[in-house]
Amino acid sequence: MTYQFSFAWIIQYWPVLAKGIGITLELTLVGAVLGVALGTACAWARALGPNWLKPVVAAYVELIRNTPFMIQLFFIFFGLPSLGVQMSELTVANLAMVVNLGAYSCEIIRAGIQATPRGQFEAGASLAMTPFETFRHVVLLPAMRRIWPALSSQIVIVMLGSAVVSQIAVEDLTFAANFIQSRNFRAFETYIVSTLVYLVLAIAMRQILSGIGWVLFPGRKA
Amino acid sequence: MVEFTLWDILRNLLLATRWTILLSLVSFVGGGLVGLLLLFARIGKRRFARMLAVGYIELFQGTPLLMQLFLAFFGLGLVGIDVPAWLAAGTALILWTAAFLAEIWRGCVESIARGQWEASASLGMGRLQQMRYVILPQALKIAIPPTVGFSVQVVKGTALTSIIGFVELSKAGSVVTNATFLPFTVYGLVALIYFALCWPLSKSSQILERKLNVAHRDH
Repeated sequence: MTYQFSFAWIIQYWPVLAKGIGITLELTLVGAVLGVALGTACAWARALGPNWLKPVVAAYVELIRNTPFMIQLFFIFFGLPSLGVQMSELTVANLAMVVNLGAYSCEIIRAGIQATPRGQFEAGASLAMTPFETFRHVVLLPAMRRIWPALSSQIVIVMLGSAVVSQIAVEDLTFAANFIQSRNFRAFETYIVSTLVYLVLAIAMRQILSGIGWVLFPGRKA
Repeated sequence: MVEFTLWDILRNLLLATRWTILLSLVSFVGGGLVGLLLLFARIGKRRFARMLAVGYIELFQGTPLLMQLFLAFFGLGLVGIDVPAWLAAGTALILWTAAFLAEIWRGCVESIARGQWEASASLGMGRLQQMRYVILPQALKIAIPPTVGFSVQVVKGTALTSIIGFVELSKAGSVVTNATFLPFTVYGLVALIYFALCWPLSKSSQILERKLNVAHRDH
């Protein structure tokens, strides 16, 4: 007996999938905005910040980059409540994604900052700007323009990595797929459909992010 | 009620770490071999093979590894193979690793100056000879740091195989947590073990990059 493929069920479960897609996108949006903000702050601290702060940020970055996202998620979700920190699944998922992307984007943005010619800092100083003003007005924009492609791919990677949050019962796209296949027992088809949805999301996100790059960081790519 | 000492916990986690290491090695070596085939298809002359490789890489880089694991787990079952978790885990990780390594290596091959291709062609070398004697030896040097760096992603990727039931470090972490009710300690230790595996790889990638001084070499 050969297996009969069937995709007709998809219409029935469409609302479940749509809700899952919504949560995955919401997680990605929050993770990307706050994660890049955290990463920018950390990059500033590591490249130009006070000396006592540098090793702290370096330890954070190394720790996050060398452990799996799933373990970070489990540590926050299962481990922190024993210290009295209780959060909802969705908050944990958001927090884990921000912390994760923060570390990766820190390294990416730092590379952009370090590629800034010394003369730029000196020029800023000679205009009587404080080091922070120089960073904010002179260094950051060209640095972001330079590393935007790398940052975009990292954001897409974080979106794909968010599939794991289904394991702590956040109702994202993967959770929806798991739910559907437990109802209709068509595991393979369900996962094919959800995988293709992820693929479409990834491709669309790449386009949107490159569009955002054009708008936010106009001008010549250095 | 059994009492667990810290050593009991650590010992069980370390025993499971063997499987994380083994799976990482298998995925990396297997992925490297498949990746090499993909690389040749990707940069080859045949249009069809090239498009196939592009599609493959796009598919595996544009979808979550977790989904690939699910598909391997349930898909291999449909073909009539009784799928143990390790088989699905190994298959998915090899295919996933191959896509990334092929793309990393393509960048390295393409960074070799055009003149090298032309010079070797003018010596009457065939495509395979050009690759074997001229391009790959140079590309290899550039490829080592990012390849070592990617091995970190492979080690971290193996954590996901716990979700389809392969018992490695992460799965052992869940099991031990359920037995001891000490999630903070257990997941803390699990994270530290992963760190101990990955950090030397990350560091050596950085050191190699500096040593081979690839970034600042002009072509």
